[in-house]
Amino acid sequence: MIVDVLSFVMLALGGFFVFLGGLGALRLPDLYTRMHAASLTDSFGTILTLGGIMLQSCWSLATVKLLTILFFLMMTGPTASYALANAALLSVDDPEPHPPPATET
Amino acid sequence: MVTLFGLVLLTLLVVTAVAIVITPNLFVAVMLMSIFSLIMAATFFILDAADVALTEAAIGAGMSTILFLGALALLAEREQRSRGRQWLPLAVVALTGFTLIYATFDKPRLGDPSAPVHQHVAPWYLEQTPVLMEMSNVVTAVLAGFRAYDTLGEVLVILTAGLGVMLILASGRPEPSRRGPAAVAGGLRHHLIPRVVGQLLIPFIVLFGLYLQFHGEFGPGGGFQAGAIIAVGIVLHALLEGEAAGRAILPTRVLVGLMAGGALLFCAVGIAGMLLGGNFLDYAVLAANPVAGQQLGIHLVEAGVGITVTGTLVAAFHAFADREPAA
Amino acid sequence: MTLFGLYNYWVFALLLMIGLYAVIAKPNLVKKLLGLSIFQSAVFLLYISMAKVEGGTAPIIQHAGEPQVFSNPLPHVLILTAIVVGISTIALGLAIVVRIREEYGTIEENEIQARDRDR
Repeated sequence: MIVDVLSFVMLALGGFFVFLGGLGALRLPDLYTRMHAASLTDSFGTILTLGGIMLQSCWSLATVKLLTILFFLMMTGPTASYALANAALLSVDDPEPHPPPATET
Repeated sequence: MVTLFGLVLLTLLVVTAVAIVITPNLFVAVMLMSIFSLIMAATFFILDAADVALTEAAIGAGMSTILFLGALALLAEREQRSRGRQWLPLAVVALTGFTLIYATFDKPRLGDPSAPVHQHVAPWYLEQTPVLMEMSNVVTAVLAGFRAYDTLGEVLVILTAGLGVMLILASGRPEPSRRGPAAVAGGLRHHLIPRVVGQLLIPFIVLFGLYLQFHGEFGPGGGFQAGAIIAVGIVLHALLEGEAAGRAILPTRVLVGLMAGGALLFCAVGIAGMLLGGNFLDYAVLAANPVAGQQLGIHLVEAGVGITVTGTLVAAFHAFADREPAA
Repeated sequence: MTLFGLYNYWVFALLLMIGLYAVIAKPNLVKKLLGLSIFQSAVFLLYISMAKVEGGTAPIIQHAGEPQVFSNPLPHVLILTAIVVGISTIALGLAIVVRIREEYGTIEENEIQARDRDR
């Protein structure tokens, strides 16, 4: 009973954080701020949702598989965000506007 | 509740498809195509098609995006000019669409157990698979056992497409490993984080692919899914370490050997059936008792399928990645 | 519930038409290939929707002999191979588009036809 309530709370919270991440990705102004919002989905959304499902399948092979999936997502999600931010930084987007270069002396 | 979820996903499919067609930026269109494939995989899973969902996720959301991006890098086209609304195609499409929707009213509703499609061969397959093959996954049993002849044709089509891509994009230049030090550097060598994480994960990706290959008889899995996932692992390595290193571990002749070898293995199992006294692709004569023979035949045939799919997808990726963009 | 019972097929018809429109109306060759891919996926959706049996589950027999409702495995088999064959043909199409770009310098259909007429 407690396990059911707890897993329901975790799943609902996970869904809420995923929704927040999507809302932020739409409404925030810049690429870097949007990636901040999307990382909410990566971290909180994934952990809470998978945690809620793991509580439902207590101590079985499915729990081990879900743990493996969680571990995999935790490794690849931030790496993907890093690669995206790095690519954006190297191409055009600059997070801080520079003052114009000094004129030739 | 699941029905509502399915309906929402189907609506999302239509919205994404419209977005793919409307957006002028090709890069955005390819990314949306990847999202479309992932939503399609989720829809397949809701419709109880576990094997198909796995295949669609691995191939549609994975390899298809990689191949499109590889081709886009060569095409150097990011925008297309729009010619305005075209009335004749819209009219043709609208007319055909209305006719199709009018035709759907004759179909039995979704999930009707008395629909004609569930009446003839399907119950026979569901009954006879535990008896004739003692295999849990009916889809694998039908794919590689009852309908192996069709699967042989599909494997030959995949082989032909892979050879076609290699022939069309053959550059005639020597292999990169022999081109000299100037062409060796590349990939993401100077990005530490993706390289470390990628090198940690690639063995597990390939292991998962092998798990799907050999577990395909007991759960969702099989040659097609396994081939796609192993190919993705190999492509990830080539992306991280550079094209030269990727070519070095699987040179062209090995790739051609993989592509043809899988199809050859499939045909060899068929001919072995003939040589041992049965028909072509008759597995029952391959071992002491018919059930063991069926299982042996299915294992070998699925291995052949996995090998050909891996070889073709990796060869297609290398054909695009190796080519230099036109001026 | 007849309305919801047919929604899958209406979505199939819509996706088919969207893909067809992209193939016949868009001049860019890569857009045509993307439309073809959407067209293929719509056909897959049709077959898998026809295979579903209500109250059924994925056709994996865990314990033989127990009466259990399964979804129809035959369309799953057909679509499994069709997905891989689809991506192989898309790869071939992309290879041809790359070669066209190298020969003609463009991948817009009207420009290619104009260049052919001028030869």
